[in-house]
Amino acid sequence: MSTTATPEAPREKLTKKILTADHPTWCPGCGDFAVLHAFYKVLEKFQFPHENIVTLAGIGCSSRFPYFVNTHGGHFIHGRAVPFATGVSLARDDLQVFVFGGDGDGFSIGGNHLDHGARKNVNLTYVIMDNFVYGLTKKQTSPTSPIGFRSKTDPTGAVDQPINPMKKLVTSGATFIARTHATQIKHMMEMYQRAINHNGFSVIECLSECVEFYAGAFDAGNPRKGGEFNLIDEKKFDGTPEDEDRHDTSDSMAAYQLADMEWPGIFGVFYEKDRPTKNDLENGIIKKAREKTKEASDLELLQKTFNRLK
Amino acid sequence: MSESKQKKENVNDVVIRLAGNSQDGIQTIGGFLARLAGRSDQEVITYMTIPSTISGGPSIFQVRIGSGEVLSAGDSADFLLAFYQHSYEEHLSFLKEGGVLIYDTEYVKPDVDDKRFVYVGVPITGLTIEAMGGSAKDKGKNIFVLGLLARMFSLNVEKLRTLMSEKLLNKGEDVLRNVLVAFDAGYGYQVDNVLDRYYAFEPSKQVDGKSQVTMDGNQAMTLGLITAGIRYGAGYPITPWSSIMEALRSELPKYGGKFIQVEDELAAISMAIGFSYSGNLAVTGSSGPGISLKMEALGWAVMAEIPVILINVQRGGPSTGLPTSVEQSDLLQAIYGSHGDTPRVVLSPKNVEDCFYVALEAARIAKKYSTPVIILSDQALATRIEAFDEPNLEELVVDPQLNLKTRPSDYLPYSMDKITQHAPPGTIIEGGKYPVVTGLEHDEAGHPSGNPELHMKMTAKRREKLQILANEIDIPEVHGAQEGDILFVGWGSTYGPLREAVLGNTKFAKKLGHLHIRHLHPLPNGLETIFSKFRQIFVVEMNDSGIYGYGQLATLLRARYCNSSIRSINKTDGLPFKVREILEGAKRLSGDAVSNYSAYPYE
Ligand SMILES: Cc1ncc(C[n+]2csc(CCOP(=O)(O)OP(=O)(O)O)c2C)c(N)n1
Ligand code: SF4
Ligand SMILES: [Mg+2]
Repeated sequence: MSTTATPEAPREKLTKKILTADHPTWCPGCGDFAVLHAFYKVLEKFQFPHENIVTLAGIGCSSRFPYFVNTHGGHFIHGRAVPFATGVSLARDDLQVFVFGGDGDGFSIGGNHLDHGARKNVNLTYVIMDNFVYGLTKKQTSPTSPIGFRSKTDPTGAVDQPINPMKKLVTSGATFIARTHATQIKHMMEMYQRAINHNGFSVIECLSECVEFYAGAFDAGNPRKGGEFNLIDEKKFDGTPEDEDRHDTSDSMAAYQLADMEWPGIFGVFYEKDRPTKNDLENGIIKKAREKTKEASDLELLQKTFNRLK
Repeated sequence: MSESKQKKENVNDVVIRLAGNSQDGIQTIGGFLARLAGRSDQEVITYMTIPSTISGGPSIFQVRIGSGEVLSAGDSADFLLAFYQHSYEEHLSFLKEGGVLIYDTEYVKPDVDDKRFVYVGVPITGLTIEAMGGSAKDKGKNIFVLGLLARMFSLNVEKLRTLMSEKLLNKGEDVLRNVLVAFDAGYGYQVDNVLDRYYAFEPSKQVDGKSQVTMDGNQAMTLGLITAGIRYGAGYPITPWSSIMEALRSELPKYGGKFIQVEDELAAISMAIGFSYSGNLAVTGSSGPGISLKMEALGWAVMAEIPVILINVQRGGPSTGLPTSVEQSDLLQAIYGSHGDTPRVVLSPKNVEDCFYVALEAARIAKKYSTPVIILSDQALATRIEAFDEPNLEELVVDPQLNLKTRPSDYLPYSMDKITQHAPPGTIIEGGKYPVVTGLEHDEAGHPSGNPELHMKMTAKRREKLQILANEIDIPEVHGAQEGDILFVGWGSTYGPLREAVLGNTKFAKKLGHLHIRHLHPLPNGLETIFSKFRQIFVVEMNDSGIYGYGQLATLLRARYCNSSIRSINKTDGLPFKVREILEGAKRLSGDAVSNYSAYPYE
């Protein structure tokens, strides 16, 4: 396979200004603005080559993200951003692949893809802006809406048990799982950074308020609204007695238990583990196959196959 | 061979039907015969039925070998080999009068008083056990039969042995030795005690010295994709598509590529589109239900103008339908499926060889026009084996290119003046404004827009590129009469029987022509000129005649050409067309007095 590329010219520093594209179409006050802002700030820190950043999404208010970021981007169909992004990631190890979307997109229509992207450990970073409601379609029950939530599809209150995103991600085998809150910019940025540095399928659930259809949903996790933003105390492995009680992020059972905490729960990295990525595994298969065929050219390989069919 | 008592009979076109149960390995016999024919420059076509239950059941494998052109698997058999009583009873009606029934005397008790046939009883099971030992009872029967046929048809035993050792060597010397023991037992059987003649194929007319390759349609398609430079893909298993994905999964890594088995067909097409968006034209495929699942994402690829190849190995529908039977009932879905105005390209291979070439054409078009291309194959093409001239690989092989050349600052992903050619991620855009590919209606830069005028323009842009493509497609040649009474129009795997119907010596009508359409959407321009030269146009398809009396292609052709002489010959029995069925259909529609039909268009 051959690649035609133009040699590199000296680069301009990536700034929020350069990274800003269309003005977001979100409602004023929508939590997603902060998620976008934190993304710009984190990209400023990483300084990836501009052309190698890819921003992908499904459908929903939150999934409009790619239009607002000046990078290569793709606005795909509802629920299928993960397999779409998997194609991009697996074919192109040189790219930084980001996926953005909502709770309906990620946990409902795309729920099965999330499980399989996670178990395959595809190398990408996925930010789910969870607002506990369908925003774009104007207030229907979402898979994370709490029981009792009054929506247009549950006028007397939602009755179905909501999904617990952290539990879903732990059981499906995601290798980096974090939870954050859109009002906590610094924490959000920290989660972004750790997710990006993680080699594998990294997912952040970011509670991001839909001011239009579920105002106040996350006040309980926002100190400025009288709530509590409690952080996971991660194990330091320093041998001290207090370290005993800290959370071991490589312990999936412990992560599962943390996910059971009473609303608004706890924030930070629930789980983080190094496991071979799908990208590495597939590249490994190629390497072995190439060794076995002694790096034969495409034509030689094909000719050999045809000779066998004579 | 002791030729003392036996007469030699030269043959140039022989249909052998092997009937047994699927676990008897009759596909193996058929496969070897087909490969041998290929190596001997004979033409060959096979046909098989597979029971859809995994525990097996009655199944057949039919081989037609000819020294001249072989177009179909044959309407009836010259030889029937029956392993069981049910095989005999089920398939005797398929044997020609004067045909030879070879049967296992242990299981089959034919009605030998029926003097229409020649009976050759062989204790197949007993002799196989004798040769190989009791434990091998059901294993070696197929190879014994291969030996028997080798003797009856004076086949080239050396070539057959080579084929068997090539195929079986990796299973160990023991296995190969056992197989050869069974083969020799069959070959050594004194068939002259029960048959007064042996047969010999006339030397092939093929003199161009090109080697032949022998394979089934799915193999040819897979190799076509690889030759076309396709290195990425994703899929989910379903019969009869699976063997393409299995082969790509094991072959592509050798070429530095990846084929991913995913959780469902929605993911499969989404991932393939992701690969393509990343700059590597990719393939996905399926059959029946799986194709339905892909329709939403297909529409996205049309809207976003991302190229992708979608293979549909058609089977009987709707729903789970007839998983192991053939049908051509997905044409309208291929052309119109998905919501909205979604122009895309639809191609269909006419035979196994064309499965190889159509993949190349699909890749060419997908890249040039940045469009999804659907290939409509079918169950019959997927599973049948044909021999064809080895393609000129050196000339055809495509080096997959990832084009990341910097684009100028005025780069627009959806420019009105050009056919879209995307800049894959990783491409520097001068001036630093990066594009978003999108399924929302958009302006030239890819910004979402619901502007009515823009939607009209963009709808036209997506349609017009296919109109440009239509100009570039050659008008297909007409076989048989170039003008006259009846023009048969077909697509896909009906090519062989249609061609045979026209070329075959039939007393039925004087002037029969045959037009086969490979580019189904867009259609080539100029078909109306061909249509105007025939009194009647019969579109032959393996799909239902529908509520209004016309099959799927016929419906389209009538809509486009407003030509009332276009009518339909359909069937939905899940089996390939027989030549006889085509001619009978034509008779039924036109009456015997074809030339008196009143709608003769140019008189
Ligand atoms: C196949 C399909 N079904 C339904 C829709 C309609 N739809 C668009 S967005 C959406 C839900 C969005 O909710 P969420 O993913 O939580 O995103 P939010 O708008 O809340 O950010 C739905 C149902 C669609 N676009 N496609
Ligand atoms: S509807 Fe809700 S989620 Fe959508 S933009 Fe408005 S506030 Fe944000
Ligand atoms: Mg939502």
